[in-house]
Amino acid sequence: MAYFKVENLVKYFGGLAAVNGVSFEVQKGEIFGIIGPNGCGKTTTFNMISGVFPPTSGKVIYQGREIQGMKSHKICHLGVGRTFQVVKPLGRMSVLDNVTAAAFSRVNTIREAKEVAEKTIAFCGLAPVKDVLAKALPIAGRKRLEITRAMATQPDLLLLDETAAGLNPTELLEAIELIRKIRGNGTTVIIIEHIMHLIMTLSDRIHAINFGQSVAEGTPEEVAANPQVIEAYLGKDYA
Amino acid sequence: MKKTPVAAIVAVAALALLPLVLADNYFLHLLILFLIWVIIGSSWNIMAGYTGQVSFGHAAFFGTGAYTAGLFVMHGGFSAWWGMAFGGVAAMLLGLPFGAICFPLRGAYFALASLALNLILMHLATIAERFTGGMQGIMIMPTFVSKVPYYYITLGMAVATLVVVQSIIRSKWGYYFVSIREDQDAAESLGIDTNRYKNVSLAVSAFFTGTAGALYMNYMGFIDPHVVFSLHDYSVMAILVAIVGGVGTIYGPAVGAFIMVGLQELFRSGFFGLFKYLGDRTGSETFTQVMEVVQHAHVLVFGILVVVVILFLPNGIVGDWGKIRKSVFGSKPAA
Repeated sequence: MAYFKVENLVKYFGGLAAVNGVSFEVQKGEIFGIIGPNGCGKTTTFNMISGVFPPTSGKVIYQGREIQGMKSHKICHLGVGRTFQVVKPLGRMSVLDNVTAAAFSRVNTIREAKEVAEKTIAFCGLAPVKDVLAKALPIAGRKRLEITRAMATQPDLLLLDETAAGLNPTELLEAIELIRKIRGNGTTVIIIEHIMHLIMTLSDRIHAINFGQSVAEGTPEEVAANPQVIEAYLGKDYA
Repeated sequence: MKKTPVAAIVAVAALALLPLVLADNYFLHLLILFLIWVIIGSSWNIMAGYTGQVSFGHAAFFGTGAYTAGLFVMHGGFSAWWGMAFGGVAAMLLGLPFGAICFPLRGAYFALASLALNLILMHLATIAERFTGGMQGIMIMPTFVSKVPYYYITLGMAVATLVVVQSIIRSKWGYYFVSIREDQDAAESLGIDTNRYKNVSLAVSAFFTGTAGALYMNYMGFIDPHVVFSLHDYSVMAILVAIVGGVGTIYGPAVGAFIMVGLQELFRSGFFGLFKYLGDRTGSETFTQVMEVVQHAHVLVFGILVVVVILFLPNGIVGDWGKIRKSVFGSKPAA
């Protein structure tokens, strides 16, 4: 039994098929990359997995359990955490309060929640800014807050949606290091990313999507050499 | 988290001792109104200020509480004080199906739905004459002649409301409420059942507002649909009280209640009788005319006040206290 898999996911918005047949399997403990050109349906796939909206058809199976169509908060309690590509900081709350709110998904008292939050903040390297209001953070901080908050829900499977977009080279290296640390912790990671350096370095396997359909899957080298992937990114002439 | 501020404890102690030195009925009446507004304002604030679900119709809950107390007397021959026990519950029972139906609506749409709820209840109370007495309203005999018992009951309830609000805001619920206000989708992704917690905040808010309504029935002895379901006297006033004092702050509505009740009385009484006094002394007609204008101007002044507060103190007097201190006391650093 696969640890996590999606089967033939389809999502129509009106007459438009945003996702039209995406299937993949993820093994426990791996970093699984998803790539594809803009608008190919990567984030839509994440939204279906994390319960933002139900798929039109298809299945999402997590630890042997079908979770498609469940509400987001239920999926979070099952152990699937996510970050948002367009960051959603709880602006008028401090970093610590943001993470504390997330920590309450596993514990009930303020004391425990703060303890979990402090630990997670230290783990993710946000300790120096923990009393800053979330809306005052620069973009790198907000991206990191997304990860920290998701980690405070103590996920078994973490979905990262372009957490490295907009980072400078130093911040990028820090992000790579953090994602490695998260995996080292035993968390399985599915990551959407456009920054090839990051996704090629980190991923154990990569899945490529184009026009809402799965087109290739394999190790980073295999996918980079796949003609359909090259066509999707660079055009027919290079394929 | 912060402890209860010393100022709040001192204020409660002062209010508790006040009737011993000042047994004047007029001032006690004003203070009772102020305390009732502390309850309503704080309740509105839990749902709108903290959870971000703005209500334009809190009179629905206030009136439901008041009518619950009134109907206990009218139909059961019970004491209206039973309404104090059940008024809040009745308001909560009204709130839950309303929340279940309307919380999928977001932002302005939810606010409009709450406005509709308010108007529906006002008309229901008017139409159902046999049951509610219709436009004639409900009149009951007050239990106490003196205002002092009412004063202490209201004070106790206002303090209880603030204590409950404070302990909720500093618990898991408080974190969840504010998370929902700041970003509902993010809150969902963090494992927060946003629909459920919006309903929790509505239930708390409706309960205390309803209890305030029941208290009002007991104290005033008379209600009719256009008094207790009044859009501008209760639904809008609840919003003003919270905005002026500070939306999303624990003590903001208490400060706002003090200012708004004070202002309302200042204008209603023509600057506490100043114009009448001047008119009598000088025998001039002008002062009497000015007084009449002033008496009708309070709504206008409320409007101007809200515009000024939103422009210069968007977090209200309590929320922007640091800013106020800075501009009033110059360079002293804000705490």
